Amino acid sequence: MSAPTSQVSREQGLRWLKDMIRVRRMEEKCAELYGQEKIRGFLHLYIGEEAVAAGSMPELSAEDAVVATYREHGHALLRGISMNAIMAEMYGKREGCSGGRGGSMHLFDAKTRFYGGNAIVSGGLPLAVGLALADKMQNRQRISVCFFGEGAVAEGEFHESLNLAALWQLPVLFICENNLYAMGTALARSESVTDIHRKAESYGIYSSAADGMDVVSVNTAVRAAVTRIREDKKPAFLEMRTYRFRAHSMFDPELYRDREEVDQWKQLCPIATLTAQMKAQQLIDDRDIDGIEKDTAAEIHSAVEFAEGGHWEPVEDLTRDVYTESR
Amino acid sequence: MTTTYREAMRAALRQALQEDERVFLMGEDVGRYGGCYAISQGLQQEFGETRIRDTPLSESAFVGAGIGAALGGMRPIVEVMTVNFSLLCLDQIVNTAATLRHMSGGQFSVPLVIRMTTGAGRQLAAQHSHSLECWYAHVPGLRVIAPATLEDMRGMLRLALEDPDPVIIFEHNALYNREGELTEVAVADIRRAAIRRPGKDITLICYGGNLHKTLEAATASAESGIDAEVLDLRSLRPLDDETILASVRKTRRAIIVDEGWHSGSLAAEIGMRIAEQAFYDLDAPLARVCTAEVPIPYPRHLEQAALPQVESIVGKVREVMGQNV
Amino acid sequence: MSEFRLPSLGADMEDATLREWFVKPGDKFKKGDIVVAVETNKGIIDVEIYDAGTIEKILVEPDTRVPVGAVLANYVSDSTRMRISPAARRRARELGIDPVNIRGTGADGAITVEDVLAAAGPAAPSAEATQAYKPESSQETRREPGREAKPSSATELEPAAGMRQAIAAAMTRANKEIPHYYLSTSIDMTAVLHWLEQHNARRPLPERLVYAVLLLKAVALALRKVPEMNGFFTNGETQVHAAAHIAVAISLRGGGLVVPALRDVQMSSLDKLMTDFSDLVNRARGGHLRASELQDATITVTSLGEQGVETVFPIIYPPQLAIVGFGSIVERVRAVDGEPRVRSTINASLAADHRASDGHRGGLFLAEIDRLLQEPEKL
Repeated sequence: MSAPTSQVSREQGLRWLKDMIRVRRMEEKCAELYGQEKIRGFLHLYIGEEAVAAGSMPELSAEDAVVATYREHGHALLRGISMNAIMAEMYGKREGCSGGRGGSMHLFDAKTRFYGGNAIVSGGLPLAVGLALADKMQNRQRISVCFFGEGAVAEGEFHESLNLAALWQLPVLFICENNLYAMGTALARSESVTDIHRKAESYGIYSSAADGMDVVSVNTAVRAAVTRIREDKKPAFLEMRTYRFRAHSMFDPELYRDREEVDQWKQLCPIATLTAQMKAQQLIDDRDIDGIEKDTAAEIHSAVEFAEGGHWEPVEDLTRDVYTESR
Repeated sequence: MTTTYREAMRAALRQALQEDERVFLMGEDVGRYGGCYAISQGLQQEFGETRIRDTPLSESAFVGAGIGAALGGMRPIVEVMTVNFSLLCLDQIVNTAATLRHMSGGQFSVPLVIRMTTGAGRQLAAQHSHSLECWYAHVPGLRVIAPATLEDMRGMLRLALEDPDPVIIFEHNALYNREGELTEVAVADIRRAAIRRPGKDITLICYGGNLHKTLEAATASAESGIDAEVLDLRSLRPLDDETILASVRKTRRAIIVDEGWHSGSLAAEIGMRIAEQAFYDLDAPLARVCTAEVPIPYPRHLEQAALPQVESIVGKVREVMGQNV
Repeated sequence: MSEFRLPSLGADMEDATLREWFVKPGDKFKKGDIVVAVETNKGIIDVEIYDAGTIEKILVEPDTRVPVGAVLANYVSDSTRMRISPAARRRARELGIDPVNIRGTGADGAITVEDVLAAAGPAAPSAEATQAYKPESSQETRREPGREAKPSSATELEPAAGMRQAIAAAMTRANKEIPHYYLSTSIDMTAVLHWLEQHNARRPLPERLVYAVLLLKAVALALRKVPEMNGFFTNGETQVHAAAHIAVAISLRGGGLVVPALRDVQMSSLDKLMTDFSDLVNRARGGHLRASELQDATITVTSLGEQGVETVFPIIYPPQLAIVGFGSIVERVRAVDGEPRVRSTINASLAADHRASDGHRGGLFLAEIDRLLQEPEKL
């Protein structure tokens, strides 16, 4: 189902590479900063899964809404939130995209209609359904995209939300990032039917699966789904088969999977794959990659500086933003 | 005008739907069926299926959808049939509705109104008789209100819709059929507690479905020469400390009447606030009349024995006043 | 409050010298604890206590010789620890009443604010009156005519707000219910001051008298001649009392005033009056008045001489029948035997209840006080 890589243009390919490398390097820096105790709390890295966000975001318009999970750094960055604001948020600084109140798991941004950063598994699905309901009731043409992991599939909210979206014909794109493990529980150990996209089919929702390690494949699937949603005014469902290379969170000894399995998946690294393919087709050379890496390093450097130079909110403001002040 | 609490809420819904196109009502059986308690009867014919929206039995999804729709510019009124079923959407209310504004650093408000029926007294047994208002009143980010008078039943909804943050309205099932004289709607308030009966000897603090029992108890206590003041909280979160403390400082005694269970109850919270802020004004130990620590039993005599009653309130009043019987 | 007394440790023991305390105020003790060591004619003996409680006050210092039965310390026994509501405790403190003898009528027999107010006497305000409190002109504001009367408010007067309210309620009631009439006369005090000077010159400091004591005694004796100034007006009836229990208005350092009574002043010697008076002032300012002292006054005397006030226009403390006010002693030129002389004088004023007496009797009363003060040696 994925488009042949040969169809990728240099320009398109470079953008994806750049997007994926930015996410990868930013997160590697985050891991380093976590070790230095600059970033605290839970830190869930997206490393290995970058192709999903990179292949999806370009198909959305600025008016569309994005709902994500606690593993959302990549989605936030590629949706257009500045790395500065994301890094400052990880630090808990006032300059962060959520004013420092959310941290790694709760990146929010009104400007890009990025609705989190929801850290209760499956909790974001009803939210996306509601956003789409509002659009439908107000006759707006935009759609809502909801990213979630395959762990959410076992939750009641997943089924309730799919049913409601289908029943009311709401413009929602559900994107399941199936990385095979709900924290440490393998898909086969938690689901009777592991073909997740078939569950969506049972609600009468257009549904397909794509190779989540291949950005082209992801992009093709998302483009098709988004087009359908805009035309049919109905929800769609995509299962992205992917894998996280790093632990679930920072403090995870990974007792639940073999080293060999991880290494095997690492062979499928979406950045390496796309780089190799484009080099083979002589669309890019090392200088292109070096350029991206250099730019990214500079962006990260300035983001860290920005976060370091950010301000701690005064404790006197502790109870701010619990209720709307103006009321 | 003579009306019932049910009609008062229906009139409030109708007015809200007429005044603001963004307002819509959704919930289980609110449309065709007319509402489990017949609150929304006739509204679907009047406003259509889009705005009076029947939902599947998916509390979490439709409450979450209400949150999303509120974020998307609508003014949803979500009816969760009863507080008992709200446990199925506790996650959406507590983890999402209450936190979004804060987690987003003030970027997103959730102007959502959730209505639910609460309370026991109709022999519906253990799973359909909860009074869990205090669970919600525990959570920063939510506003929790409870109408006790016809005026508040008629007027609180509009005030809740004007609030930019999530508001939960608890409607006690015992009120719906109650008939009375509806005076001015403008007197409704969701911020300040109300003195429903002035008195000088003791403050009886109550809310929602227990206001009438408490007023009866106050009348009965007057026969023993006790002049009780009855305070209707109206807002369970935030609590109107100012009005509560002013009353208790005047009467120097307080009993909290609360249909929740004793342990960890709203009564416990109010009592603690009084102890913290008005200890030296007290002339008697604080007391409360709550529901016995038992899942609500089915047989009528046992159910009634478990709940706050006029007699138990009167008994507690006399005890606190030192009129030991 | 309980008393820990020096026990008899042997049939032949009559007294002992206290040597050492093993407890101090605030200490808790159990039954059987050794609390004090005393030296008897048989040597030093440790004394145990047969109760459990908390030491309130040590009354006998070490190296003091005391007889068997003497109270060595006051303590609060665990068994008799009173129940009193927080509000009642605060009100009692404000009114300067020791709640120990008040009977509680609240939940579990606890003492309530009503109980305290009842114990404080008829003048104390009911709860209703307390709430209805409004700033009123009272004795307190009248005494300083030169100063602008401050607007009274509960917050301004904290922590004595309760007392302020009590005063307000009593004075409001007085002004509302009692038809006052006022008389005033200037009394020559030269004889009193002369007598006092001679009297005090012979005495050590603690035994010296102040002129206020003579004024009190004169008032008490004058009541024998005009008894209708002494007593109560209740339920439309005048009850004249023979015994003169004179309440003295004592202003407190923290603001406010209390009016505890000196009992049977007509029977007391000047020395006893002096002792009682000092004791009363000390206890009033320390907040240790007995409830009974606030209950049974039959007339009130207020003196504002210390403030330089010349004439007082007092308000009766209901349900009493009269109040006598004294200003300060000032030197005035008076005609004595047809000659102008500089004399020390004091303005005595009387506010009396017109329902119980008339101005004629009031005039007689003031004249009798004047007459008595001209013969201080007979007081």
